[in-house]
Amino acid sequence: MHEVSICEALLDQLTSLAAQQGWPRLRRVWVRLGLLSGVVPDALEFAFAAMATGTPAEGAELLLENEPGHFDCAVCGELELERMDFTCPQCGGALQLLRAGRDLWLSGVEPMPS
Amino acid sequence: MCENCGCESPDPFQVHAGPDAGAAAHSHMPAHGHDSAPVTGWHAHPAENGSVTWHHHGDAAPRPLLDANQRAADLNRCYFRDHGILALNLVSSPGAGKTTLLKTTLERLHPHIGCAVVVGDLETQADAEALRPTGAPVIQITTGTVCHLDARMVAAAVARLPHTGLRLLFIENVGNLVCPASFDLGEAHRIVLLATTEGENKPLKYPPIFHGARAVVITKTDLAEPAGFRVELARQAITQVAPQAEVLTLSSRNGDGLDTWVAFLDRLLQAFDPRG
Ligand SMILES: Nc1nc2c(ncn2[C@@H]2O[C@H](COP(=O)(O)OP(=O)(O)OP(=O)(O)O)[C@@H](O)[C@H]2O)c(=O)[nH]1
Ligand SMILES: [Mg+2]
Ligand SMILES: [Zn+2]
Repeated sequence: MHEVSICEALLDQLTSLAAQQGWPRLRRVWVRLGLLSGVVPDALEFAFAAMATGTPAEGAELLLENEPGHFDCAVCGELELERMDFTCPQCGGALQLLRAGRDLWLSGVEPMPS
Repeated sequence: MCENCGCESPDPFQVHAGPDAGAAAHSHMPAHGHDSAPVTGWHAHPAENGSVTWHHHGDAAPRPLLDANQRAADLNRCYFRDHGILALNLVSSPGAGKTTLLKTTLERLHPHIGCAVVVGDLETQADAEALRPTGAPVIQITTGTVCHLDARMVAAAVARLPHTGLRLLFIENVGNLVCPASFDLGEAHRIVLLATTEGENKPLKYPPIFHGARAVVITKTDLAEPAGFRVELARQAITQVAPQAEVLTLSSRNGDGLDTWVAFLDRLLQAFDPRG
């Protein structure tokens, strides 16, 4: 359940960003995840909704986007996929995971229009 | 190129009207100064209803969200290197045989090579007590409700270890294939144990912990036959998820494969260059 500590870090960043920019409230927040981040999206969304109370992100929509990983198919060669999958979407063969990100980071914000 | 609007703007600080703002000619408006970018490298897109979306394209991320642990892990890594300690992070599902393998390993190695163990457990001291008779120093970290070790816990435990002659540090992580994957401890190598009683496709189900492992050790091979475990299938799954990992097979019960395991550790020690 490290989604809670991730959420703390996220809300810290959002709170200082909002203060620095003079944004009273945020409407949408984007977080980008490496395929190997190990984060459970539902748990992160749940933690965000609960922990954002009293911050500029209260009530904001959290949008998660995946950073594609690199896979290799013996037939089709190297391909990028946005989800962890070991079956080639093109030929149905077995895929090998070459590399994918472990980090996750704040990738965008939309302040509430005033 | 900006994936939101497809523009080729080289200037990350410009605010430009995106397609959804209806700007057919895609006009680039005067640049905002650095001050108005929330983080260096971010840029803004006005959207349909007069609102503005700030974003970046990955190169300008503010700190990653697990950064605090990463910094502590980097410190540990320097510390281990400076002290000539090879640190191994042993991870597996609960009960895959980490403690049992460590006990046998310490009995064989510790008389010749200075070993120590840091062991994480949710509640009990049982694993530490099982290992102490080997004579190697053992520090127990009781994690309580925390289901993984993090780099700070390891740093605090290592500070309590006698360092004289210490060359090989085993970190037995909490039995869990999920959370430990996200917490670098500053180890030189992660080693994943997979018991024959768990099925062959665990690697495909838990890619984050397997990917990047230096080795996957298939344990409890004495139970492979009754469990219907096919080593070849497991090897295939491991190759899909962790192409670089070495695969070892052993049984702490009947001793099969232990020589190869000890030789593997020896190789890691030989290859470990504290100045590198
Ligand atoms: N048959 C057989 N049983 C084993 C082997 N290795 C360990 N076991 C048994 O498996 C059970 C769990 O072993 P442990 O060494 O405590 O496993 P662990 O990974 O340290 O467990 P946690 O720390 O609780 O995650 C014990 O009952 C061991 O006796 C083996 O090679 N063969
Ligand atoms: Mg144990
Ligand atoms: Zn293919």
